Amino acid sequence: MMDPLEALRLLSGHRTDQVVVPTMVALRVWSLVSRRPELDLPLVGCMGKASSLGLGVALARPDRQVWVLDGDGSLLMNLGSLVTIGNLSPPNLIHFVYNNGVYETTGGQPVPGAGRADFVGLARAAGYLNAFRFDDLETLGQRLPEVIRLPGPTLVDLQVGRATALGPLPPARRTAEALRTVKAALGP
Amino acid sequence: MGLHAAKVLETFKAMGITHIVWLPDSETGFLYEAVTADGSIRLVPVCREGEALAIAAGLWVGGAKPLVLIQNTGLFESGDSLRGLGVDVGLPVVMVIGYRGWLGGQPMTDSAGVYTEPILKAWGINYYLVETDQDLPKMLAAQEEALKTSRPVAVLVGQEYEK
Repeated sequence: MMDPLEALRLLSGHRTDQVVVPTMVALRVWSLVSRRPELDLPLVGCMGKASSLGLGVALARPDRQVWVLDGDGSLLMNLGSLVTIGNLSPPNLIHFVYNNGVYETTGGQPVPGAGRADFVGLARAAGYLNAFRFDDLETLGQRLPEVIRLPGPTLVDLQVGRATALGPLPPARRTAEALRTVKAALGP
Repeated sequence: MGLHAAKVLETFKAMGITHIVWLPDSETGFLYEAVTADGSIRLVPVCREGEALAIAAGLWVGGAKPLVLIQNTGLFESGDSLRGLGVDVGLPVVMVIGYRGWLGGQPMTDSAGVYTEPILKAWGINYYLVETDQDLPKMLAAQEEALKTSRPVAVLVGQEYEK
């Protein structure tokens, strides 16, 4: 089990010009470590749709890598998106799952299938080209450079514990602003 | 009279549409054939309609011009996406919605049809009705309105597409 702040700090350290789509608790941790907020597309509310939002950007901009920072509860709400993504097979999409086994936002109730459902197996069966699970920081740090270079779609199941540090919950209008900021940053 | 797939496709091209995010309804068979045979607009098939508006939002961020094509039953399924990634973010997108239950203005019995317009009104989404080729300029008007108002605008298709 990894400390989520340290796990996302590792990701941030390897990020160059990727568009990152974080959601739910992951977005509050990501905001503490992101070095390129102008390329962050935080999805506040609209739970479950980060994978779909990221897919849209990936399809429109095949020249740009897109990282989705999904939650396990969020992905469960939109599990069909694994098949949608597997079918379209965008090589530039990496789908990270911040997998803490609980609905942290609402107080830590277990998500259905916590400790039983296998996102790596689901992703492979849905047509993702690669799928990995990491539960210690050392291995994640060693493997990440190779994982993000692979042609995707790739799913990375991050086994994390409860958050030790959280940024503020942004207001819902933050998503509307970010859509326009990132659109402008990407250009026509 | 009638609504022909080739004319609809022509309209989508005039709108500059790059991607159709869709889940087929019972009336879109000929349109699917026309779009795939033409090949200039990319089809993005989804498993459930709630994905469609979120994907369209991402496509728009990336500089593409998406269109959402679903049935009214799928609109009901998409409620939170329409709220969170349509209305709240001011997404200028046209949603072409198959109007299941529409009886040409006669009283409807299918609840899918009965609830369609009240639900669009509740979300504050303006809509146009298209039944024949002659109505197709309304799609261009819907697009113009979506861009001008930064809101999703709906086009209800009240007729089966013909070959």
